[in-house]
Amino acid sequence: MDKNILAQLEKITGKDGVLSTPEDLAVYSYDGTFAEHRPDAVVLPRTTGQVSQIVRLAARERIPVVTRGMGSGLAAASVPFQGGIALTMTRMNRILEIDEANAAAHVEAGVVTADLQAAVEKLGLFYPPDPASIRHSTIGGNIACNAGGPRCLKYGVTGDYVLGLTVVLADGRILHTGGKCIKDVVGYDLKALFTGSEGTLGVITEALLRLTARPEFARTALVEFPSVEDASQTVNTILRAGVVPAALELMDETAIACIEAAMHLGLPLDVEAILLIETDGSDEAAVLREMEAVAEICRARGARQVKVAADETERASLWRARRSLSPSLARKAPNKLGEDITVPRSAIAETVRRLKAISAKRGLPIVIYGHAGDGNLHPTLLFDKRDPGQWAKVEQMAAEEFALALELGGTLSGEHGVGTLKRPYMAQALGPVSIEIQKRIKAALDPLNILNPGKVFPD
Amino acid sequence: MDDLNCIRCGLCLAVCPTYREILSETASPRGRAALARKGLEGELELSPNLFEQMYACFDCLACNDICPVGIRPADLAVEMRAVQEQLRPAAWKKTLFGGLIPKPRRMEFATLPLRLYEKLGLRRLVYALGLRNLLPRQLRDMESMLPHLPQRPLRQALPEITEANGKTRYRVGFFLGCAQSLLFAEESAATLRVLARNGCTVVTPKATVCCGMPALGYGRSDLAQEQARHNIELFERAQVEVNVTDCATCGSTLKDYGHLLADDNKWAARAAAFSSRVRDVSEFLMSIPLEKPQGRVEARVTYHDPCHLRRGQGVWQQPRALLQMIDGLEFVELPEADWCCGSAGSQLITHYETSLKVLKRKTDNLASTQADYIASGCPGCQMQLNLGVRRQGLDVQVVHPIALLDRAYRQESEVSRLRRNQEISHSTAKRKNDG
Repeated sequence: MDKNILAQLEKITGKDGVLSTPEDLAVYSYDGTFAEHRPDAVVLPRTTGQVSQIVRLAARERIPVVTRGMGSGLAAASVPFQGGIALTMTRMNRILEIDEANAAAHVEAGVVTADLQAAVEKLGLFYPPDPASIRHSTIGGNIACNAGGPRCLKYGVTGDYVLGLTVVLADGRILHTGGKCIKDVVGYDLKALFTGSEGTLGVITEALLRLTARPEFARTALVEFPSVEDASQTVNTILRAGVVPAALELMDETAIACIEAAMHLGLPLDVEAILLIETDGSDEAAVLREMEAVAEICRARGARQVKVAADETERASLWRARRSLSPSLARKAPNKLGEDITVPRSAIAETVRRLKAISAKRGLPIVIYGHAGDGNLHPTLLFDKRDPGQWAKVEQMAAEEFALALELGGTLSGEHGVGTLKRPYMAQALGPVSIEIQKRIKAALDPLNILNPGKVFPD
Repeated sequence: MDDLNCIRCGLCLAVCPTYREILSETASPRGRAALARKGLEGELELSPNLFEQMYACFDCLACNDICPVGIRPADLAVEMRAVQEQLRPAAWKKTLFGGLIPKPRRMEFATLPLRLYEKLGLRRLVYALGLRNLLPRQLRDMESMLPHLPQRPLRQALPEITEANGKTRYRVGFFLGCAQSLLFAEESAATLRVLARNGCTVVTPKATVCCGMPALGYGRSDLAQEQARHNIELFERAQVEVNVTDCATCGSTLKDYGHLLADDNKWAARAAAFSSRVRDVSEFLMSIPLEKPQGRVEARVTYHDPCHLRRGQGVWQQPRALLQMIDGLEFVELPEADWCCGSAGSQLITHYETSLKVLKRKTDNLASTQADYIASGCPGCQMQLNLGVRRQGLDVQVVHPIALLDRAYRQESEVSRLRRNQEISHSTAKRKNDG
């Protein structure tokens, strides 16, 4: 990048806020995917005011600005394919206020989600969204991708907890939207517009988040199913029985084997699937009763065994295992492509069946796991990219997975976002009217197209 | 290196002490792994700055532990230092790690000014006159890390053989680490007393040289291998059942000799046999029927896990169990007990600012425990914690867990001596009365 521009950036953030050695640029060329492209500079602001000045400078100089947090994204949304500034929010990591009376937290975008949770839980409060990347992703990134997680089944996704946002717009102006009120219908819901916008409409610098009371009790069960079909059918039976578990996760046999290889928890290796089910709440008896009801349904639907975690340590290790599942699949093959399709929950069993059929037809393994309770599955393709034959198959199979989700009334992504990887399928998923309107929204907010250009929408 | 297939999930960022302070990808395990790969595959120049990132790793091993793919980013960073040595060896490393550190006599000579400084009471004078403020900040910090130095290195003071109290149940070899001998002699003396007390006849081969960690850390595995061969031979000659050390870093290095010499046909088997006999002192003591001390230590005590003990050797329950054997001692768990303290060998010298930030996290946690003592079986950690305690103005003493156990045992003889004295004076009084 031009020396003069680097100097101006340094003037804004201080010297240690601008990185530009070849080594710095190389490590900011990726996110949690295999995609790569180097930025021209890395800038680490410390305040909303600095972000505003940076964006203003970028707008004047027509430099792309690609905002990122800890870089754990799974859709290549924060990879700077057109170079420019990698605007890294990790040093804006202050929890500005925890308002106990209003159950709200005011935080900067770079706060690590697990750190926020720990801080509010000390006060008896609770921030429920729990993406698997909870310890290595930031609130800003969670909002920008509207992250989910297992607990969303009962508690909702990140967007359901956004009360207000501070956003730096593409011309450098600072927008405050929303506030501590639970109800607010004055004007368009701009915070909802920026939530899930993947850095294409503005730079989220601060957020006001809704908190709830911390559930005092939780029970987690590991349920073994000899048949994956039975396991997926059971998901619907539980949900129709009037029980709302905090989480209801499905893992097939390959997923189980990978976790076991990585964590040695003594998981069963001779079943086709397990369900990981959690009930929680503030009344211990009710939590136990719900778990008992769930266990009964599972047994009636073909479960071989229902093991309830004996204590908090056991429970924590089950969830740690679940969170490390996606990366541990890399032990199985040199490359993996984890998708994030979502279907109406009535279609879960059929989705699982037809994913197996795609795998059988093309001859490449698809590992199936995910948040079965809300119909959000992560079918993961295992392959070796160096083999051109396999790579061609992978592209076909991914397309077939998307087509399947759409056919069953579902969509491309439940919680990872579109980024770069799912752009080719957007038109199919949304149709021309929606795409056209969204492109006009983008043009209205970012007329120079400097904010995360080339992402989300097809050209 | 097949350790290169990082899938960039980012899990390691959460546990990396340098990342969590600097908050830039360049200072993260994932970043270092990417640089190593790009450097070795020719995509990036193997520049001094690239290697500098490998030295910025504190080698706390937390990333190795959490990586779901089984990549070992911390090991990779250390291996890259060796790559740099092969490309452009630095002469000073040969002098320091090949000439000075492995030669105990020369090390003792080099630290002589420090011992004199201690002995002549200059330390007190410097304090009294406030002269410490004249030193640059970093020097001042380094000065306050130092424990009270022994007047004579333990290596010189120790007998080659320490007989067991009573019947010999175990014949134990003791590997006396350099830092323990030179800086924490009283603690290693305590280790020997505790071993002897528990039926161990201890052989301390005096010709041992440095375990090799410093050389490894600076990319000179060739020198570490020489040191390993020398030490293995000595312990073979000592004919002992186990090789005990009270230094976490030495222990993890000694346990790795098998791996270090795996490609050396002549030595591989011998090294593996040596390593299989190495035990941290707490690990060894908890594996034998340890006598419960009758004496008491009335104090609130917490424990910091040295990285090279907890992750390097998987030893973390034993030191806690050992402390909890002591009557009167109130054990309190330290929040984030296994988070690096920032010492990491020489990081306070080479990466001063980061080292202090990592230390601050540790001492904030320490303050929350309201402990009187923090125990940790690693000289590097102990020095760093000493500095932290002083910087934060905490009223906490830093000790080796064995030192507390030793105190409880010694209290016991104190108790029985008092009791004996009491009995004697009682009987004397009685005799007087009788008379």
